[in-house]
Amino acid sequence: MSELEVYLDNGSTTKTDSEAFEKMKPYFTEKYGNPASLHKEGKEAKKAINKSKRIIADTLNADKKEIIFTSGGTESDNLALKGIAFENKEKGKHIITTKIEHDAVLKSAKWLEEQGFKITYLDVDEEGFVDQEQLKREITDETILVSIIHGNNEIGTIQSLKELSEITHEHSKNAYFHTDACQSYTKTNLDVKEQNLDLVSINSHKIHGPKGVGALYIKKGTEIHPWQHGGGHEKGMRSGTLNTHGVVGFAEAAKNNYENKEKNIEKMTSLRDKLIEEILKIEKTKLNGPKGSKRLPNNINICFNNIEGEALSGYLNRKGIYASTGSACSSLDLEPSHVLTAIGLTKQEANSCLRITLSKYNTKEEINYVLKELPDVVKRLRDMSPL
Amino acid sequence: MDKEYSEETIDRFQDPEYSGEIENADAVGKAGNPSCGDVLKVFLKIEDNVIKKARFKTYGCIAAIASSDELCEMLEGKTVEEARKITGKDISQELGELPPVKYHCSVLGTEALKDALDNYKEE
Ligand code: FES
Repeated sequence: MSELEVYLDNGSTTKTDSEAFEKMKPYFTEKYGNPASLHKEGKEAKKAINKSKRIIADTLNADKKEIIFTSGGTESDNLALKGIAFENKEKGKHIITTKIEHDAVLKSAKWLEEQGFKITYLDVDEEGFVDQEQLKREITDETILVSIIHGNNEIGTIQSLKELSEITHEHSKNAYFHTDACQSYTKTNLDVKEQNLDLVSINSHKIHGPKGVGALYIKKGTEIHPWQHGGGHEKGMRSGTLNTHGVVGFAEAAKNNYENKEKNIEKMTSLRDKLIEEILKIEKTKLNGPKGSKRLPNNINICFNNIEGEALSGYLNRKGIYASTGSACSSLDLEPSHVLTAIGLTKQEANSCLRITLSKYNTKEEINYVLKELPDVVKRLRDMSPL
Repeated sequence: MDKEYSEETIDRFQDPEYSGEIENADAVGKAGNPSCGDVLKVFLKIEDNVIKKARFKTYGCIAAIASSDELCEMLEGKTVEEARKITGKDISQELGELPPVKYHCSVLGTEALKDALDNYKEE
């Protein structure tokens, strides 16, 4: 057995804050009413939902009425893309997104393509930054939506939302700007007014809230075509009885992490930079994504030549170190990560990458342990490799 | 990720006994998987038509490393003809069944073996 257990897969999901968990409890057995009901129990739940909306809205510099709750980031992304597409199809059928989106956006875009929409996938440079000139060239009044991921889930690149949304609004009179901010929320600056955003997808379980809940910010005056039909909840935009306990936990986590944002960012950034610096001392390694403040404070993605990623994370796993990989072998379709190939990596390089994603709970001691074990594991696998 | 793997597969992957090279091997074979870029090499020491020693070098996933190790263990002591009959299915079975999506990783082993034995004949 290993000495320590180090969870370094926070880009995948996080541990729920105990404060958030405590806040959720009464909503299971005491305040369990349906927020849509008019009796006292319902009112109580409704109050909790409203309060949670205000909390979430504050973290985005938005208004409470601009927030709707969903089942998570995937639903928020689906609703944003499909909702805008179908609401505006008379104005135009062109949508612009990028080659490095999360599958929730990418596969929604692919599906819309099958429905007759035209999709442009923007290129990125070798650090993962979107090609702004290409955006200017491609966008027209036919364009109804531009959707660009804020902080990339694999390589940590943080896009300049303000510039991108400005280009969008300047060059098309019909285009809305959506960003998938599931990874960046509470980990970098996100302000719907300053950055001029029309739709923002966020998610609870990536920020130490419970799973199964997320939100979509929809700027006042923006209409979207509902995607889930039923009792007309959330002003008809998203039917379905709200997950009250989930929403309450999400809001508590959001508040907690928003209030401590600077402190958490500082802590994660220093652990991140130490890991990057030390890992790059191992020979034949390469960092994917940018360095510094344009990288998510918790993301590290490193290519280890001649080692397959699943095997690497498998050996780390035995040492109690839990990270992830974008290698083809680890995916069901045996395709390497589309993000790593979009930044120009060859198939084999893309297969040799390890992603480490930190949280505020990681400690110096844990990072030292990783740095002690990693070189041996790398050596062992390289000795085994025929390349 | 590894939950879908049997314990036998994980054990083999974590402590492979047959990884390495054989100097002056009588036969060497190689196979690659174009879909995920994996490469597997087998080294054989053959005496009187019997495989005395088998070693591997693999760039690949958990299943590929475990399959390579299992294959080498199965090979030692077998005649060349017997060795030729080993299938991906046999390896997968010995490993307590690979997940279906990983089945091709065991086939990679048999392809490298076939390559080695074909090379051996030529000599
Ligand atoms: S070696 Fe690539 S999936 Fe097994």
